Amino acid sequence: MPNTQFSPSIDSRPVYPGLTPHGASPAIMVADAEGAAALRELAARDASVMDRAQVVLAAGGAAGLAEARALQALQPKGVSHEPDLAAALPLLRRLLAEARMGTRLYLAGSEGLIGQVSALALDAGLPADAIESEHRGPIARRMQCVHCKGITEGVTTDPFTCSHCGLTLFVRDHFSRRLGVFQGVCVDAETPGIIPEPQEIRP
Amino acid sequence: MSRQMLLRVTEVEPLTPLVTRFRFEHPERAALPLFSGGAHVVVEMPDDGVLRRNAYSLISDPYDGSGYEIAVRREDTGRGGSRFMHGQVATGTDLRVSLPLNLFALDPRAKKHVLIAGGIGITPFLAQLRQLERLQQPYELHYAARSQAEAAGLKLLPQTAQVHVHISENGDRMDPGALLEGQPIGTHAYVCGPEGLIAAVMDAGARLGWPPSALHAEAFAAPPPGEAFRVTIGSTGAEIEVGPHQSLLEALEAAEVEVDWSCRGGACGRCETGVRACHGRIEHHDHWLSPEERAAQTKIMPCMSRFRGDRLVLDL
Amino acid sequence: MTKHFNDETFRGDYTYYNSPEAIRRFPFPFDRDSYMYSVNIEQHPGGPAGSPFEYAFDVDEHYVAEMKDRAITLAEDPLRCQSLPHMELAGWDLLELIMEAKARDYPDLFGLHKDGDRWHWINRPLRIDQRFTFLDATTLPYGPMEYITRQAQGDFALLHEREGNLWMDAGMVTSQADWSLDFDVGMNFFEWHAPVPKAKKMGVFDKALKFLLAVQQGQAYRRLNWTMTVNPRLDTSPENYHKWGPEKRTITPQNVGRKQFLRVELQSFWRLPRSNAIVFPIRCYLACLDDLASQPKWGRRLHRVLRDLDPVLVEYKGFAVNRDIIVAHLARYDDGAPTSPGIFPD
Ligand code: FES
Repeated sequence: MPNTQFSPSIDSRPVYPGLTPHGASPAIMVADAEGAAALRELAARDASVMDRAQVVLAAGGAAGLAEARALQALQPKGVSHEPDLAAALPLLRRLLAEARMGTRLYLAGSEGLIGQVSALALDAGLPADAIESEHRGPIARRMQCVHCKGITEGVTTDPFTCSHCGLTLFVRDHFSRRLGVFQGVCVDAETPGIIPEPQEIRP
Repeated sequence: MSRQMLLRVTEVEPLTPLVTRFRFEHPERAALPLFSGGAHVVVEMPDDGVLRRNAYSLISDPYDGSGYEIAVRREDTGRGGSRFMHGQVATGTDLRVSLPLNLFALDPRAKKHVLIAGGIGITPFLAQLRQLERLQQPYELHYAARSQAEAAGLKLLPQTAQVHVHISENGDRMDPGALLEGQPIGTHAYVCGPEGLIAAVMDAGARLGWPPSALHAEAFAAPPPGEAFRVTIGSTGAEIEVGPHQSLLEALEAAEVEVDWSCRGGACGRCETGVRACHGRIEHHDHWLSPEERAAQTKIMPCMSRFRGDRLVLDL
Repeated sequence: MTKHFNDETFRGDYTYYNSPEAIRRFPFPFDRDSYMYSVNIEQHPGGPAGSPFEYAFDVDEHYVAEMKDRAITLAEDPLRCQSLPHMELAGWDLLELIMEAKARDYPDLFGLHKDGDRWHWINRPLRIDQRFTFLDATTLPYGPMEYITRQAQGDFALLHEREGNLWMDAGMVTSQADWSLDFDVGMNFFEWHAPVPKAKKMGVFDKALKFLLAVQQGQAYRRLNWTMTVNPRLDTSPENYHKWGPEKRTITPQNVGRKQFLRVELQSFWRLPRSNAIVFPIRCYLACLDDLASQPKWGRRLHRVLRDLDPVLVEYKGFAVNRDIIVAHLARYDDGAPTSPGIFPD
């Protein structure tokens, strides 16, 4: 399954051009179970990308184990296997804090993973043009409720219910790189109770 | 065109045989607008019937409105602005000076700043140093000069652990790669000096995987001389002759054709002018137009660019 | 003190009102009988004496009440004011700009005395007397931007220039036309304008950005923007949309004239000296339809503009549900007579 093609949208909606190898420069690579394939394909195009790469795989279960082994076989500098992204965050913070200029960040997987790790990296001072990204896996968004500020992960329908305040929110394409989230806005604010039929979010 | 102030020269100090420092103050001692490190002013020089306008980086403390200081290197083969400053300006001379404008600002988000200067390219950094000191941001400065005698910066730089001087005559050549290697994430590098130095720093950055957004170069320079050429004003059909040491902008001004401008160095975009017809080749020397725009030959930046060919009709 | 300040509210019982003088000086945004986006920019300050364009930062009869309303909003949601760490210097620049302008333009209301970095600020309408050290944030009760914008009407966005773009890296936003500072802070010019329809295709933002980047010290500019709001509410934030949204459906042919407000933003642009940042103050003025129609030229023109407005813009400006009632109501003020050019009343 190649990089997802999203339909063109507004300027704040992120685009994921796909991973391009930058040779043997120092690198941090972060992927979930679906994104790991993109890292393997990257290494197949240019094996030297792994020479100085610290790989962080955020994927649980049997699929995670299999991917961890497959990535290990590419002989990167190191592979850290974490059950999910939340568990990987302290490690990522540390890697970013210690990184030197010239480090590339390769991100592959869900929009939530790409958005969240990008936000972390930008905050650490990594320039935006040092980040490579490729979308893999199901279409699901990390949404912030503009009303209660709570974040709901893995949203697949529009509208959806905020997992914090319970308001029904419609899914905007407006995206904050600082927060790594899309914006959700109350869908029935003017006409309480009148809620459109939820639709599956499309690319 | 920027707003101007009439300022009086209050100090003239030779720093080296070629470089002189000038201080400007308001004749009534009024406070001048403050600025940010890296800003320049455009000084207007009435030179024997020709009105010259040159941009100079401010080297004084950006938070001190009591005066502006610049350092001018005499270019004997140049277009005359620096010769005017060296030959005809003395304490007490009144000159028109624009408000400060910054096209080479520090990125305040940087976790660290690496400043790299060659020769007279030290000037914008002198004001930036004061700003960095005031804001207590980490930095290092590297200053390269050919010889001790020519190194005007030596008289103006503080002697601190963050300031490194490389005099090539003493066998100490600056190595841009070594300066950029191993810097922490969030470092920004800035370079100002001869084109060769700028290219060397950019190359080293690219080789080390620095993203372009973290590498800054002082983009504007003095308009290059060249062969004389003629242009036609579209609206009136008037023909204007541009001399070898004159810029197209200066020639238009001398002919009283109105063109907007600000930096006079090809960096701000203000003087962008449409081209109605071009039989020949525009020599683009600006940093404003995109490669596609250059190739199309439908726009020209008169402050820097020249023309070679039969006919150039400007949309003026 | 010569000036009178209204005792009024912008929420709950909505006792906001405009005096006859306030109506006459209202910054009516339409200079002709139709509207489309344009980059309608003029130098600022500058305008007829008594108009909201006369001074850098207009102080009018709503000053004290607006500042109270801002304090209420901030107490409920402190994230309406944000400054990324590198923007503190720009905050000081802004503090200086506003204090100097107010002390100069309204000397009977405000005073500023400087002794080197030791400053003394007096704000009589808000009963503030503050001594502090310039560039030392520990000597003020808030950061410099928050401190001064709690004493200045309108929203403020501080824009940082880099990479040929402007980044909204700080702001005080409590009276916005439905955008969230907390969400948009850190975005560049194109990102934070992304939700605006049509304008991108027309190239409006490319031109606007080029213009803004060229703004220099000593040359400020302004433009007017507008939208429609039900009730004189300043806090029409997306954060509280679920609270004020239902009010939009309370318009009837009987109440529209006094309950439907034209919301005008006087936006200005200033280059700041030490930070090289740009400050973008967005001052909000509110007037109900019937008050506006007390100036016959405005009544006629407002009817024509809203009647003929592109449906996409009606939707974006958020009054599609009430448009028919509004236009029907305004029709009574439009006798078909020609209107004079320009925004000022006859
Ligand atoms: S004047 Fe700035 S580019 Fe020509």
